[in-house]
Amino acid sequence: MESLLAYALAGVLLLVSYGKDKQRTKVAMDKSYKAFSAILPDFLAVLGLVGLVLTIMPAEAITTLLGQASGWFGMVLASLVGSLTLIPGFIAFPLAKSLLDAGAGISQIAVFVTTLMAVGFVTAPLETKFFGRKETLLRNGFSYVWAFVVALVLGVVVR
Amino acid sequence: MKAVRRYGFAILILLIDVALLAAKPELGQRVLSVTFQNLLQMAQFLPAVFLLLGLMDTWVPRQTVIAMLGNRSGAFGAALSITLGAAAAGPLYAAFPIASAMLMKGASVFNVFVFLGAWSNLKIPMSMFELSSMGAKFALTRWALNVLGILIIASVMRRLFNKEEIGEIYDRQKHMASSPKQPEVKTVESR
Repeated sequence: MESLLAYALAGVLLLVSYGKDKQRTKVAMDKSYKAFSAILPDFLAVLGLVGLVLTIMPAEAITTLLGQASGWFGMVLASLVGSLTLIPGFIAFPLAKSLLDAGAGISQIAVFVTTLMAVGFVTAPLETKFFGRKETLLRNGFSYVWAFVVALVLGVVVR
Repeated sequence: MKAVRRYGFAILILLIDVALLAAKPELGQRVLSVTFQNLLQMAQFLPAVFLLLGLMDTWVPRQTVIAMLGNRSGAFGAALSITLGAAAAGPLYAAFPIASAMLMKGASVFNVFVFLGAWSNLKIPMSMFELSSMGAKFALTRWALNVLGILIIASVMRRLFNKEEIGEIYDRQKHMASSPKQPEVKTVESR
């Protein structure tokens, strides 16, 4: 759905661009292609890694770990799982919901969800390539710590 | 030969997958099918992202980006960065090339940090899923807290980078960039 929108937008803009200036549109597409092919190897590597990690660490294992865990120990565990895996939202939230129903705490689930989205262990090499080691360490580090702040507040607010 | 080196890491992982397929066929098949699904997901939106990037690169004047997202863009720039990130769809790694293009066009690093934070935490499509499965209280509290957190983290991060390091970040984008002959991004971050 979302990608359809992106393509519709790209298509319309491409047509507008072509109508305005053929030469410039060619330059634009050339740029698109060059940027894409420059970064493709890294994307493929990340996808391969994600495939490996996701399978070796299956959903059932995550459920067992988080479902039985509690307190700080559970939160730290949840944060590690969240940081190490890359699960799309449409899988992660139903999973989080089922964990919650299975008896996991709000804070553990909040840490899991927040680190899942903001902390990326497998994408770190790619991020380093774009923005350097310092940015990667800081952004992921701060996001990691912030996940605990969010979790503690949520633990109080949501009952 | 050059291509083999560039794709070295991806090829290595593929070899691991194949080895796994031989040793543990069931696990190997699962790995390959998950990888293939991810590949499909990427193939679905990445070409559109890069098409839009190319168009933006040629049509949006650098001056406009500097005015809206540059060092002097202030609260408007931060709000725009949050909006851009929240309106996004797709995994975090798709944000990297977009953030890179923003830097190339003269956006400030603070705004790019805000954009990356918003992309990872505030995506509206993602929040819809969260809302429906986790409930409004959970989703909205997390969303509001994250807006605050993103701004705090971005400004702390900005302070931890000195002038040379900021320059390095901008320099990096030239290597990732689509067009090497573009005028050099001269950056003088004030403050």
